[in-house]
Amino acid sequence: MNPPAIEVTNLTRLFGDFVAVDHISFKVNEGEIVGYLGPNGCGKTTTIRMLLGLLKPSEGKATVLGYDAFSQSEEVRLRTGYMSQKFAIYDDLTVRENLDFYGGVYGLKKNGQISETLEKVGLTGHETLLTRELSAGWRQRLALAIALVHRPRLLFLDEPTSGVDPNARRAFWDLIYDLSGQGVTILVTTHYMDEAEYCGRVGMMRGGQLLAMDTPGALKAQFVQGEVWEVYTGALLEGIKALSQAREVAHASLAGDHLRLIATPGFGEAGIQRLFQAARLELTLIQRGEPTLEDVFTALVKK
Amino acid sequence: MADLIAALHLHKAFGSLQAVKDVSLSIPAGQIYGLVGADGAGKTTTIRLLCGALKGDSGETRIAGYEINRQTEEARAHIGYLSQRFSLYEDLTVLENIRFFAEVRGMQASEWRPRCMEILEFVGLAAFKDRLAGMLSGGMKQKLGLASALVTRPKVLLLDEPTTGVDPVTRQDFWQLIIRLVASPEETGEVAVLISTPYMDEAARCHRVGFMRKGALIAEGTPGQLRARLNGRVMELRGSPLPLVKQVVSGQPGVEDVRAFGDRLHLRLKEAYSPQIAASLKKIIPAGGGTFVDARPVPPTLEDVFMALAHEENQE
Repeated sequence: MNPPAIEVTNLTRLFGDFVAVDHISFKVNEGEIVGYLGPNGCGKTTTIRMLLGLLKPSEGKATVLGYDAFSQSEEVRLRTGYMSQKFAIYDDLTVRENLDFYGGVYGLKKNGQISETLEKVGLTGHETLLTRELSAGWRQRLALAIALVHRPRLLFLDEPTSGVDPNARRAFWDLIYDLSGQGVTILVTTHYMDEAEYCGRVGMMRGGQLLAMDTPGALKAQFVQGEVWEVYTGALLEGIKALSQAREVAHASLAGDHLRLIATPGFGEAGIQRLFQAARLELTLIQRGEPTLEDVFTALVKK
Repeated sequence: MADLIAALHLHKAFGSLQAVKDVSLSIPAGQIYGLVGADGAGKTTTIRLLCGALKGDSGETRIAGYEINRQTEEARAHIGYLSQRFSLYEDLTVLENIRFFAEVRGMQASEWRPRCMEILEFVGLAAFKDRLAGMLSGGMKQKLGLASALVTRPKVLLLDEPTTGVDPVTRQDFWQLIIRLVASPEETGEVAVLISTPYMDEAARCHRVGFMRKGALIAEGTPGQLRARLNGRVMELRGSPLPLVKQVVSGQPGVEDVRAFGDRLHLRLKEAYSPQIAASLKKIIPAGGGTFVDARPVPPTLEDVFMALAHEENQE
């Protein structure tokens, strides 16, 4: 049995008095797609930089593919790919020239591996396009190709799909699933909840701490304790006031043209109707809603 | 009641790039309109045409009744604009920052102080009025940006991707403020809001949504109307191993699209979900060597709708 692709124990990093990463521990198995979710500045990128051996942990330990991330960082980098949001792609080089350049950085001599990488990300036939002429979605594929050219076993993706449209994003994720099917392990950071839904497991990070890590389904089942309801009413502000005061309502928020709430199981439609009747408020429609990872994040932060 | 934002047939080209193509918008008081699309779809250019920062090649924009290019000053007096990269003076305090905006916009000394305090109260920054803006958290800076845009009581609020990169909890707070702003005209006056975002979960919070692609509005409606376009046509399927199941169901008649979604698949069907479809998949998947776990219809998301629209566009 292979060692875990990533194993992190009490990993901590201080910058002066500031605790950027605060005693986090987690494990990622080979072939898994794990999402790392949190706002800007929560410690996501600092964690990745420690895993790549670019930053020394203040405390704790990280092994990547069985190697110590800091003392054996050369070994780690040979076997991992990193695609950062602000990846350096040379705009005045063609697709092929960019890949040749980065292949050269890794000491690749064989042309076959570069063609294979182009094929993998669906850029075959576009080798001679100038990079600056590519759309956002295609640039993303090229950045992925660059991270893949040396056939890494583990891939770090730092907010890879910000700014591309849903179709390009979906095509990108199809590639990620293919890679994972071939045994490549993937750790992907994002600050968007809907993207985290694509991952096998999701870690939620805030203020340097890892609040939870599990499958999207398990996170929702564990932390969203109650039923989600969507309530349509002409009296939004009065409605949210009435709902917020009820003991059975864990959380109520304005959702544009309606209200969204999480209530204890059994409170149900009847409970909402009673509340609105008591407050003499008009009620148009009540519908069951689905829990989201945003609900999970909110519940975790409240704890 | 007349629309506070009324744009007719806006066009704008940069060289050979048609950045905005025949965009018309009508947004009444009390409405939050979401302009949704990827980077480069034309959202920011549209917003800049609306506030007069850019002049269109053709078309007409009225803000609170004033034509933006002929009655620029009157129109601008009604606009609050929060750009993607708004700048705050980090070495001024919160109150000084807002005061600066108020004075630039011509507010009198007797007017600005009570208004600034009122608006800081509204966004929840009153307790921090003497803090240097440079010392605020990301979410608080966002709120200060919003407060500055609101200080002159604009009727039209233009927000260009205001929540990119902020904490989900802060993002929720921000949205609660925007919704309160339009939902209480007796306190804040009549306001129309146009907000741009690349993300679908934000679009779901708007009253009306316009999907933008390659400079054009490709669909428009309430989130409910847009989702209704796919009523019953999205199905969640669980099975294993997932890549195999995906392969098996992809070519099936009645299945338009399959996408992996973590530990499950989402199928877009050609017609509404029926138990027969689930039953046939239940047979086909084991025949292909996989295991069927369960299948159920799920409510379509706005992302599903956007992808279906792009699919139709590509078919044409």
